[in-house]
Amino acid sequence: MALDTAPKGWRSFARYSMLTIVALFILFPVYTTVIAALKPGNKVLDNPLLPNAFTLDVLKNAWTEGRLGRYLMNTTIVAVIVTSVQLVTSIASAYAFSFLKFPLKRLVFGIFLSTMLVPLEVTLVVNRRTIDSLGWLNSFQGLTVPFIATAFGTFLLRQVFMQIPPDLREAAQMDGLGHWGFMKEVAIPLVRPTLGALGLFSFLSSWNQYLWPSLITTEDDMNTVQTGLRHLASSDLDKPNLIMAGTIIAAVPILIVLVVFQKQLVRGLTAGAVKG
Amino acid sequence: MAIKSRRLREIPLAFAMLGPSLLVLITFVLYPLGKAVWLGQQTCDVQGKNCKSVGWGQYTNVVKSDQFQHALWVTVKFAMITVPIGLALGVGLAVLADKQLRGMRFFRTIFSSTIATSVAVASLMWLFLLQPSVGVLANLGWLHNIFPVIKEPGLLNDSGTALWSVGISSIWANLGFTFILVTAGLQGVPKEMHESAYVDGAGGWMRFTNVTLPLISPTLLFTTVVLTSRAFQAYGEMDLLTNGGPIPQDSTTTVTYLIYGSSSIIKNNDGLQAAVAVLLFVILLALSALQFRGFGKRVHYGS
Repeated sequence: MALDTAPKGWRSFARYSMLTIVALFILFPVYTTVIAALKPGNKVLDNPLLPNAFTLDVLKNAWTEGRLGRYLMNTTIVAVIVTSVQLVTSIASAYAFSFLKFPLKRLVFGIFLSTMLVPLEVTLVVNRRTIDSLGWLNSFQGLTVPFIATAFGTFLLRQVFMQIPPDLREAAQMDGLGHWGFMKEVAIPLVRPTLGALGLFSFLSSWNQYLWPSLITTEDDMNTVQTGLRHLASSDLDKPNLIMAGTIIAAVPILIVLVVFQKQLVRGLTAGAVKG
Repeated sequence: MAIKSRRLREIPLAFAMLGPSLLVLITFVLYPLGKAVWLGQQTCDVQGKNCKSVGWGQYTNVVKSDQFQHALWVTVKFAMITVPIGLALGVGLAVLADKQLRGMRFFRTIFSSTIATSVAVASLMWLFLLQPSVGVLANLGWLHNIFPVIKEPGLLNDSGTALWSVGISSIWANLGFTFILVTAGLQGVPKEMHESAYVDGAGGWMRFTNVTLPLISPTLLFTTVVLTSRAFQAYGEMDLLTNGGPIPQDSTTTVTYLIYGSSSIIKNNDGLQAAVAVLLFVILLALSALQFRGFGKRVHYGS
């Protein structure tokens, strides 16, 4: 449909030119990062805009001496634990709110909801003290346990569970299907798409955490990728190519995850960003 | 009778299913909030122990202090830089890419790409651009001849440019997120609306302001709220790029940095940190209430 008056070819040429210029601007920091990471140390500062030398040694160094390999492993452990346990606790509590009968249900639900109003930054002063008194500084417990339950996930899944007609639950009960069976056969299959979005959102949030790990991690062995980069940047500022190599290694896994889970992303973002 | 017995019979199951979540949420969200309110009227030693009550007046003292007011002002400026520019760029990019043309997927992927950067990754990329000795811009002779501030003292070390520099890094890092949200919003705008507006003689700009913008206003409100709360909670950028500095002006010490920053003046006093954290909570609550009320009336949620 030719809605506009100007010749079509000219209009799309103008649009493509704009798109290209904007794309170049957005990619500029990525470009300088990549060429720096591929240059040996003595070449980084002369001609920072041109790839005038090439080596993979810096990436290797960042992985071993820069300890990015270790940091990535720590982050993966943390993100996988937080995501999987969060999914389990969210399903369990959403199920209880939707299908179980028990006293004080509204009050308990109110408690869950109220936690969504509290930003992370407000609680961490006291959480650091709590983790310290539990002896969990520099530990995976400290990095994961505060985040293994989420009111947001509970709320999101409950929204979907509530769409199941009560009759269906009654009928299933008549047929002798207990709660466990009903959950496995009916409830969980229904929320599978939501679980995907929630899981991706939990994984990204956990992977990208910066403030909390920097508050409770003092040993280099326990650094996540994010605090590890901070460590690298503060100790090796004279080797910008090493830092940039570390940055690339830190970004690639998330890039892969996002490409694989593209579909879940938009859904997860629009539903989840409030808590971001 | 049957219902009542079921109500009681299911208590153990409900307890088992809700217990773990409830325990975590109370221990790490609700208790810390309450405890922070209490701690906010105490003063603690360097180890965070031996906290002594100094009275609720500590909150008023914090509010009246130059440091808090300065940090709040820096935070507001940071939000006023990053939110409008970030939103406008995101909408601009989304509109630019909202055409069924060959290769558009490629451009959309690039525009979304910064979503893959964590705050540490994005900040270090920008640190390498802006840093005055090893940074890219500082090693382009022609550029720092025109703008000497790039090398001396450096964009991140000059009190006039530091906050803007951190802001630009933050806008870049959030651009992919904003682009994806606005694109999703645009895809919900029915094509017929545009066509009938065109038939009525509306030009491109008119169609954008009178048809597109009102129809994506829920998305815009949502994005604004998220970007604002992110701006108020920004920490990693300041920690990695400026350490809250340059000193003595503390040009990038936001409220969140004031609480947690490694060079913050209150970093050794849990009591004061808690007081500022509680004040941040109140500010954020008030802010989102305000945004939803003021903006909410003008948002078009469709029929």
